[in-house]
Amino acid sequence: MIFSSLIETAWHALTAHRMRSFLTMLGMVIGVAAVILMLAIGQGAQAMVRSAIESMGSNLFIIMSGATSSGGARIASGSAPTLTLEDADAIRALPDIVAAAPVTPGGAQLIYGGVNWSTSVYGTTPDYAVVRDWTVASGSFFNEADVRRGARVVVIGDVVARELFGDEDPVGKIIRIKQAPFEVIGVLAAKGQSLDGRDQDDTVMVPFSSAQQKIFSGSLRNRARFIMVQAVSEKSMDNAEAAINDLLRSRHRIQAGQDDDFTVRNLTAIAETAASTTRIMSLLLGAIAAISLVVGGIGIMNIMLVSVTERTREIGIRMAIGARRRDVLWQFLIEALTLSLIGCGIGLLLGIGGAWLVGSLAGLPVAVTVVSVLLAVGVSFLIGVFFGFYPARRAAGLDPIEALRAQ
Amino acid sequence: MTGSAAPLIEVVGLEKDYPTGAGVFQALRGVSLDIAEGEFVAIMGASGSGKSTFMNLLGCLDRPTRGIYRLGGQEVSRLSSDRLAALRNREIGFVFQGFNLLPKLSALDNVALPLLYAGMDREARRQQAQSMLARVGLDERSHHTPLQLSGGQQQRVAIARALASRPRLILADEPTGNLDSETSRQVMDFFSQLNREEGITLVLVTHEADIAAYAQRRIRFQDGRVVEDQTHAEAVA
Repeated sequence: MIFSSLIETAWHALTAHRMRSFLTMLGMVIGVAAVILMLAIGQGAQAMVRSAIESMGSNLFIIMSGATSSGGARIASGSAPTLTLEDADAIRALPDIVAAAPVTPGGAQLIYGGVNWSTSVYGTTPDYAVVRDWTVASGSFFNEADVRRGARVVVIGDVVARELFGDEDPVGKIIRIKQAPFEVIGVLAAKGQSLDGRDQDDTVMVPFSSAQQKIFSGSLRNRARFIMVQAVSEKSMDNAEAAINDLLRSRHRIQAGQDDDFTVRNLTAIAETAASTTRIMSLLLGAIAAISLVVGGIGIMNIMLVSVTERTREIGIRMAIGARRRDVLWQFLIEALTLSLIGCGIGLLLGIGGAWLVGSLAGLPVAVTVVSVLLAVGVSFLIGVFFGFYPARRAAGLDPIEALRAQ
Repeated sequence: MTGSAAPLIEVVGLEKDYPTGAGVFQALRGVSLDIAEGEFVAIMGASGSGKSTFMNLLGCLDRPTRGIYRLGGQEVSRLSSDRLAALRNREIGFVFQGFNLLPKLSALDNVALPLLYAGMDREARRQQAQSMLARVGLDERSHHTPLQLSGGQQQRVAIARALASRPRLILADEPTGNLDSETSRQVMDFFSQLNREEGITLVLVTHEADIAAYAQRRIRFQDGRVVEDQTHAEAVA
């Protein structure tokens, strides 16, 4: 029997029962759409985490002021700043360390002309640009001399530049932070979202000393909420962490048996955990979607079995006039395959459309990849063959005389 | 009546057993007969006489338990189901009491169906099916589905389908059982014409004497055996 005739015969049979064919396909449609959508969301989430990790900088520690727990009572990190500018300098002098930047974060309202914008203000040192691997798009970052003399200069993030200055060039302009005038000397390159979902470009940075005096009014007594440290390599991170611990315990005169008044966290490890969590999440989503695909396949098998029973007489007639067993087998297999592949096609369209909708409504960077499309088509094909084979074999195995006698 | 050439159908000691709960039911208990090419044979008998079993064996739809069946000189009782299917497709046309047309297909597609399994391409199939429909006088109804046709017309479509692959043998099982007497007469006249003008061998199962009267030879079955086998001339004499 010719292949095109098989397709034609299958098409006749399927269009003869439109409603039933549609309902049978629905399982596949939903399954494929779910797989495409879930994989797209998973890929998008992974891409987002990857870019957030890349924007964070590599081989990072964050040292927080305060202990995570003290004598069994939990104390919020950073509640009592214990770290100093000198601590940061001492850490930078350790082997395996590239840079160490003390940071005092805070919030303030910025004013330029008639425009104002509330944002986060970081008082820090030029090392911050190094550890965060952060470049300036225009102008320059402040330097060590600016920190030493408490210069009133500010480097502003991409979002702040847009909100305060619009199309104007911010470099060289004077803005007011808590009434004090600061000169904009640089605009940071855009970085996008961080791992915790904050917009990293909505921030400004001023020299550590200037922030202490002008923005926090000396209330912090030259102390840093945290120090960001970059190690030379991933391999050296364990050594570096131990060295930092020893150094800070001796600098803070902590006796053996006493609790630390600081906490060292390996940010790179946390980022990797976040990345693998996202990976597992998207795998899980894909697996759940795949289950619905299998359920769709079982739906096809169900209907095909009903169809074989209903069409027993037709099978008998076809056999009487010369259909071989394999012709009947192919006929029903092609029907199941046609159902699953058409279902797959509709599911693809729905899935891609749904991914686009989720992407534009939720602002998620969804990604429908060629691999996920090929995967969905391939799995649908296999499901069509797998779940179509049993009903088809049953049809082909019918006895022509008994089949002709069926009502 | 039978000529000196090898008969189209040659049956020797044909037996068919069916297993039942109570043991074995012997549907055929040793049937031997020849049917020559071009004969028109009516098979008669009460239900349970074995005539349906015999027809199923002649039609290569089933295999005998014992005995020999040669169709066109070829022993077919031990062939594989695929070979039997090919034989049915090529050598045998079936006409059933209930017509057995596929209700979703047009008359043309129904007639073309055996040609599909013969591996003929679409265009050739349609042409040959159309000419077969013309032969039964239904070429103007080729796009009607069976439900849009009368009983007589449906049976003519079924006959066109049986003729489609130009078989040497047509097996008709109570072909007029669902038709009124006028339509029955037309169908039987058509069968006679086919037999007379084209030399197609016809084997027809019926329990009506006036239908059997169209045949040249009558074979009567009873309890799985042939109890009467006479030509028309003998019956008249």
